[in-house]
Amino acid sequence: MTTANTIEGTGIPSRRTGFRHIVRSVLRDRWATAGAIVIIVFVLAALLAPLLTAITGQNPYTYHVDLLDDSGAPVGWGGGISATHWFGVEPLTGRDLFSIVVYGARISLLVGISATVLSVFIGVLVGVTTGFFGGWYDRILSRVVDVMFGFPVLVFMIALTAIVPTAFPKPLFMIIVIGFFGWPSISRVVRGQVLSLRERAFVTASTAMGASGWRVAFGQVLPNVSATIIVYTTIMVPSMIGFEAALSFLGVGVPPPTPSWGRTIGEAVSWVQISPMYLVFPGAALFLITLAFNMLGDGLRDALDPKGGGR
Amino acid sequence: MTRFILQRLGGMILVLLVVAIVSFAIFYLLPTNPAQLSCGKPCTPENLERAKEFMGTNLPWWQQLGAFLWGIVAGRSFGTGDAAISCAAPCFGYSFQLNASVTELIASRFPVSASIAVGAAVLWLLMGVAGGVVAALRRNTWVDRTVMTFAIAGVSAPSYLVGLLGILLFGFTLQWFPTGGYVPLTEDPLQWFLHLILPWCTLAFISAAIYARLTRGEMIETMGQDYIRTVRAKGVGEGRVVVRHGLRNAIIPVVTIFGLDLGGLLGGTVIAEKVFSMQGLGAMLIDGVNTLDLQLVIGFTLFSAFLIVLANFIVDLLYGFVDPRVKARA
Repeated sequence: MTTANTIEGTGIPSRRTGFRHIVRSVLRDRWATAGAIVIIVFVLAALLAPLLTAITGQNPYTYHVDLLDDSGAPVGWGGGISATHWFGVEPLTGRDLFSIVVYGARISLLVGISATVLSVFIGVLVGVTTGFFGGWYDRILSRVVDVMFGFPVLVFMIALTAIVPTAFPKPLFMIIVIGFFGWPSISRVVRGQVLSLRERAFVTASTAMGASGWRVAFGQVLPNVSATIIVYTTIMVPSMIGFEAALSFLGVGVPPPTPSWGRTIGEAVSWVQISPMYLVFPGAALFLITLAFNMLGDGLRDALDPKGGGR
Repeated sequence: MTRFILQRLGGMILVLLVVAIVSFAIFYLLPTNPAQLSCGKPCTPENLERAKEFMGTNLPWWQQLGAFLWGIVAGRSFGTGDAAISCAAPCFGYSFQLNASVTELIASRFPVSASIAVGAAVLWLLMGVAGGVVAALRRNTWVDRTVMTFAIAGVSAPSYLVGLLGILLFGFTLQWFPTGGYVPLTEDPLQWFLHLILPWCTLAFISAAIYARLTRGEMIETMGQDYIRTVRAKGVGEGRVVVRHGLRNAIIPVVTIFGLDLGGLLGGTVIAEKVFSMQGLGAMLIDGVNTLDLQLVIGFTLFSAFLIVLANFIVDLLYGFVDPRVKARA
């Protein structure tokens, strides 16, 4: 947990909080830098997916049944790895696994990042208002946060997929559901910071000058919490990506044929003995992106909280 | 102590009520119509009306809510006369597709999921706390770095990936453990245990990582406190210093997080059941979603919420036990 970044007793912000300080200490942290590079590579791969797959002239939808044997398993070493199929092909259909993994990055990052943005938006809104205005509004919402914290959210997400109309776009639905269940943690952190910032002189000054409560809360207090928000946003992305993958893994997420790492891993369950590479490639991609976000998040947290004590 | 328990009990009942009402609102008032789904084809207006009447969805929403809540407390019945179906308390709904009350369905699957969840939780607490303590005491040595590397890998690895790799390595290649399925404890305790080792280790590996990180941080902070120096100066043995004075304080946040993680444990169980092909509650939920068995889905969701709230109540009491200051404040 981060403490207020002030020089003790004076209420003057210490020099250790600015964005420039954060960037500098992340660059000093090897692991965080590596994480950032991996994230950039994945984002580029997702954006440039059509170009990358065009190199070998593949796409994630075309069947190559000729590359499979009679049982439906890919022919050749490592699940049919070749110059044209870098990661081999999918069992049963023969679709290009490299294309599936590259295109899978799109849905993973799209849902993961959008859900995080939604969560952060709700969380910050709730955190700032409850911390700043307090009273019964704060008491009720804090209780809601308490309850939501321990909730079996995955069970709720699965259940909600049963009632969504089929016409509703599934990725959008997942963003909404995952985002909606993710806000309590950031709301609690932001609220804690706002509670201490509220007592500072600049808030009193603004109020004395006639600024309205909303203006002080969002114009004066919020910018002071922004560094914390950035760190928590980074930490949230991997868990959101994980939820998308888990739902798709369980078969209630993104419907076929849209490529999704989670769904591919789910389908690999029954092939793990015959064609393990079918599991390894999408699994490694999911693991790497999660690890990268976690390492960057750790680095950012250390940069913000000198007490944390390194890895 | 009594006042502390009563306070928590009151809070728990309020939360349960709110959760029940919210679940009801989300699932019953949305456009998906359960009567339409079970009315069959061709669905004539009369059939639909009969199905609605049977399920009780023709009543105004507040009467439906009342019947729903009352069913949980005292049971309820659907339809009238000879065709009536009774659903004993606590009635979490009735699956018209499987012709069984949701409570019975849950009870039949419960041992599978409970076996996975409880074993995993015990293992992860032991692994996580032990790993964190060792890493903290050997701070900045290779032991610390190894534990922490495992920890960040565990935090980042999805449980199904770990589980599948476990199946591949220990199941197919080394053939140490069965690759899936569930054997009831009452049938063959040894096979029950062997079938559960991989799911336990999988879930424990993921969560122990978080606990190791947390315990390590807390231990480092606690062991740096003045009173630890005082205890050492008194000549108390190092083992006693670590366990009685260090860990006793460092464990408090771990208990808090444990309470919060129980919900995640339930989710993890759903995933483990798919990976290890076990027919537990999670498999039932997924089947319910795929066959649009709304009553089952709602009933189970509500049940899981109840279970978590109840478990948290127990953790709360435990918290008062671990940290006497909590009781004093209540």
